[in-house]
Amino acid sequence: MSVTAFLTDSTLCIGCKACEVACKEWNQVPADGFDFRALSYDNTGSLGHSTWRHVKFVENGAVPGFGGNASEVFSWGFSSDVCKHCANAGCLEACPTGAIVRTEFGGVYIQPDVCNGCGYCVVCCPFGVVERRPEDGRAFKCTFCYDRQKEGLEPACATACPTESIKFGEIEHLRDTARERVRDLEEKGFDDVNLYDPTDTSVGGIHAFFIVRGDPKTYNLPPKPEVPTTYLKKGWMSAGIAAAAMVAGAFLAFTGSSDR
Amino acid sequence: MGSSMAENHPVGFQWVVEARERGTKVLHVDPRFSRTSAMADMWVPLRAGSDIVFLGALIHYVLENEKDFREYVVNYTNASILVRDDFRDTEDLDGLFSGWNEDAKMYKTDSWAYKGSPLKDVTNSGKTGGHAKDRGGEKLQENIYEQDLTLQNPRCIYQVLKRHFARYTPELVERTCGVPQDVFLKLARTFCSASGPDKTAAICYAVGWTQHSDGVQIIRAASILQLLLGNIGRPGGGILALRGHASIQGSTDIPTLYDILPGYMPMPLFAEDADNLAAYFNHHKTKTGWWNNFDKYFVSLMKAYYGDAAAKENDFGFTFLPRVTGDHSHQGYWIQMADGNVEGLFVMGQNPAVGGPHSRMERKAMAKLKWLVVRDMVEVETASFWLDSPEVGRGELNPEEIDTEVFLFPAAGHTEKGGCFTNTQRLNQFHEKAVDPPGDARSETWFIYHLGRRLKERARKDQRPRNAGLNALTWDYSTEGANAEPVVEEVLQEINGRTLKDGKLVAGFRDLKADGSTSCGCWIYSGIFPKPDENVARKREPRDFYGHGWGFAWPADRRILYNRASARPDGRPWSERKKLIWWDENKKEWTGFDVPDFTVNKSPDYRPPENAEGDDALGGDKPFIMNAEGLSRLYVPSGLKDGPLPTHYEPLESPIRNPVYPAQQVDPGANRLERPDNQYANSPDERFPYVATTYRLTEHHTAGGMSRYLSHLCELQPEFFCEISPELAKQVGVEHRGWVTIVTARGIVEARAMVTSRMPPIHLNGQTVHQVGLPYHWGYKGLVKGDSANDLLALSEEPNVRIMESKALLCNVFPGRRERGPRALKQLENAMRQPTRRRMVAQ
Repeated sequence: MSVTAFLTDSTLCIGCKACEVACKEWNQVPADGFDFRALSYDNTGSLGHSTWRHVKFVENGAVPGFGGNASEVFSWGFSSDVCKHCANAGCLEACPTGAIVRTEFGGVYIQPDVCNGCGYCVVCCPFGVVERRPEDGRAFKCTFCYDRQKEGLEPACATACPTESIKFGEIEHLRDTARERVRDLEEKGFDDVNLYDPTDTSVGGIHAFFIVRGDPKTYNLPPKPEVPTTYLKKGWMSAGIAAAAMVAGAFLAFTGSSDR
Repeated sequence: MGSSMAENHPVGFQWVVEARERGTKVLHVDPRFSRTSAMADMWVPLRAGSDIVFLGALIHYVLENEKDFREYVVNYTNASILVRDDFRDTEDLDGLFSGWNEDAKMYKTDSWAYKGSPLKDVTNSGKTGGHAKDRGGEKLQENIYEQDLTLQNPRCIYQVLKRHFARYTPELVERTCGVPQDVFLKLARTFCSASGPDKTAAICYAVGWTQHSDGVQIIRAASILQLLLGNIGRPGGGILALRGHASIQGSTDIPTLYDILPGYMPMPLFAEDADNLAAYFNHHKTKTGWWNNFDKYFVSLMKAYYGDAAAKENDFGFTFLPRVTGDHSHQGYWIQMADGNVEGLFVMGQNPAVGGPHSRMERKAMAKLKWLVVRDMVEVETASFWLDSPEVGRGELNPEEIDTEVFLFPAAGHTEKGGCFTNTQRLNQFHEKAVDPPGDARSETWFIYHLGRRLKERARKDQRPRNAGLNALTWDYSTEGANAEPVVEEVLQEINGRTLKDGKLVAGFRDLKADGSTSCGCWIYSGIFPKPDENVARKREPRDFYGHGWGFAWPADRRILYNRASARPDGRPWSERKKLIWWDENKKEWTGFDVPDFTVNKSPDYRPPENAEGDDALGGDKPFIMNAEGLSRLYVPSGLKDGPLPTHYEPLESPIRNPVYPAQQVDPGANRLERPDNQYANSPDERFPYVATTYRLTEHHTAGGMSRYLSHLCELQPEFFCEISPELAKQVGVEHRGWVTIVTARGIVEARAMVTSRMPPIHLNGQTVHQVGLPYHWGYKGLVKGDSANDLLALSEEPNVRIMESKALLCNVFPGRRERGPRALKQLENAMRQPTRRRMVAQ
């Protein structure tokens, strides 16, 4: 089995939200509530227990004479967010029950029948992807359409995307595609294109890359995502030093007093 | 222009995205910065309803700078033809063309004809609509005219065009559309640079053009522009009418319209066509050009309808057909309904209670019906208007006093039935049933077939003359399955046509005869089912770039219409890059990548003998075979009701007086249908200072019957909102996500405010025009509810096709929610009465 990945190219995204709907239809995820959030055309807010693909709309002000995708100006950006399926996944590391597993496709999968709803994974996700469903407390997120991949099918979102903004495939091949695409856009005069693929952090690489215009932070993509467990060493070390200091202090205190 | 393709046709838009990736420039002209603008290289906002000024200025730019594709224009358009000496342009008559009759409110069109052209004596009562082949009374029928191929004669159409569009300058665009001159010129340069022998440009439009009081003329203006640039009949060119939903194209081809029969043949008129088939043929058959075959297609249709009962002796059953006796368009019959003159109504695939124009009036009109049949997948607003429409809450309707008996039939969804879709590109695709419909839900075919069967049973016992047509109607489809669903392939075979002697399916419309020996349900679809085991619409093996082998594109599986124009007059392609079909001198036939839209062995140097008729009367270099002269029409000599050339008129409600022709504010032929329950604002009007325009969003489907009942779509756009600029929000006193009340001379609705710079104010000559964007998906039923933007519209009629104006009207916006119950009506009355006092801001 090859390791697979998503490449979400927001320069091709038309903001139709077909990915959100296809994901919910295939995975039988319930609606998230009818709230007029009006974050531009976004009313589902963010990724969560019942939104595994989420299209963010970023308005930067319209300039007559330039379309949004003109190289001179960037006016209304759409980008479909998803679980990054980290190589070094915080949620997976934190899960005490073994509910979260790594699949043969490299994806991170929560087994709903094993999850006990402890919520450790929620706080351990550096991207804020995992969330517990209020009804039963269990954690949910993108399954990478594990069931479809097992049958040789592409994930539902990639299948539904009309403009091939969401691409799916073998990870290294897709990474090459992404780099080539960025080069191509730069040649066309887009000097603000970024490939979001943080590799030199503790998440150890992600399985869902993004091509965005402007700062990736605008699309909820943190510049340096870290797995919380990387702080463990530092934490334990601090605790160790503190403990050692206390022991030393106590020792000094006692030895000192016996001297006097 | 006139469409937000990414928003409303996201699946089709993938090809635009792909083209853009290959270097195509995407230009979007629209009042609102939409998802389409976000994918475009250029976005040009303009004032809603100023399209003809914008397009006229593009035409002016082409003519002024001689950017036209001259060889194409001289050979393939009517540019060189002279107009009659008595023709007068709007330039001479202050905004009217010659022939205007003020009492009848219509044109006598004789003076518009070509010089030297013999005219048919066709009187046009103006009753019919304009969807048919000759738009209800074309006088031109022969390719006889005077011309000047040098285009120098001042009476030639090229020169007429130059004079007509002389005032459509970039300066006028700035003053009328609110588009700065430099932005306009940048767009004009970009568009024109993409046309010529080696390049083509396409224009996509949708109801953003059609739903105007001069909608047909907006599209005419686009046609002129594309013809001048040589962008018709060539790959990558064209004017693409993006249809609103599945098989809307199909429902005009095999129509659900009152004024046409299948294949764009006109429905006979009561008075003019009487009961005389010869007179009807005289009206609509032309001596030269393809419509010379009119009688073949018509008689074959009658044979398909009435079988043996259609014979030469009874004019092939011509009298069986219903007649057009008045305005039976949507607006026309709804006015009749409001006046209590309509007894019953079938509503299928429509939800007029919130989807129709002036839906408030339409809901009240339905209360005057005796019976109403609604077929839908859910109980839509139309089926429950008597119980929970706003009018009930406001005391205008009382359920106890409504006599309308409502029958709600559950309908099968598209996956629950087999059949065909015809889409935007005239591509007909057959689809299979995936699952059985639940419970009592049935297909439309089932409903119509069994209704017809039962009606025929009753008619058989009642042989009065009024039932003659019903008794004669052939209605013998086989049925299958437990629900006795009609076999849809049989219907498609009937549409394809047969030779009656042996019952064999015909290969195409060239086999059809006028002597009653063939039958055909719709001549343009002929060839879709040429053999019992060959359903072309079902084919899924594309052989080439143009998709031959996948489905059936009418007519004759041609992917690009008028494709003879893709080659030079001598038959060679205009360029290697843009070649499509060409003349093969060795084989002596037209060949290439598409099915030639031309007689395949008619050589480019063929010249018609004297007195030739039909297709034989057109030379080998005349690509536009449907027209009697074989040329495309920059200027329409007959057939249109509001002029041979597009002229800018203001919308029926406008914030300004017509700056182009001050004496003529609106399209002279447009019908306001004005009455106490269908009032208009003045132009301009202090009470209604803002422009409103309606549209759709990706997340919902039209009036919501197919989306507001699905939670996964409702959550994406849960509430009715209006898009307004930060400037207007400040003026009104509302913040983003706050509530506003929107009022027109017809209705009152409340919406959440979407405050965004994507809906910018327009500046005209120092005057600021604010525009209010209104998606119209909501209603009073479903998982998410909201007021319907369609309550704000007027019932009005464009002169040619009688469509309403929904894309430019006047409104006012107040902060806060509207009043509840009867107080809402009081609020509306107040808004109608009091002029808004602009609050003066003290310095």
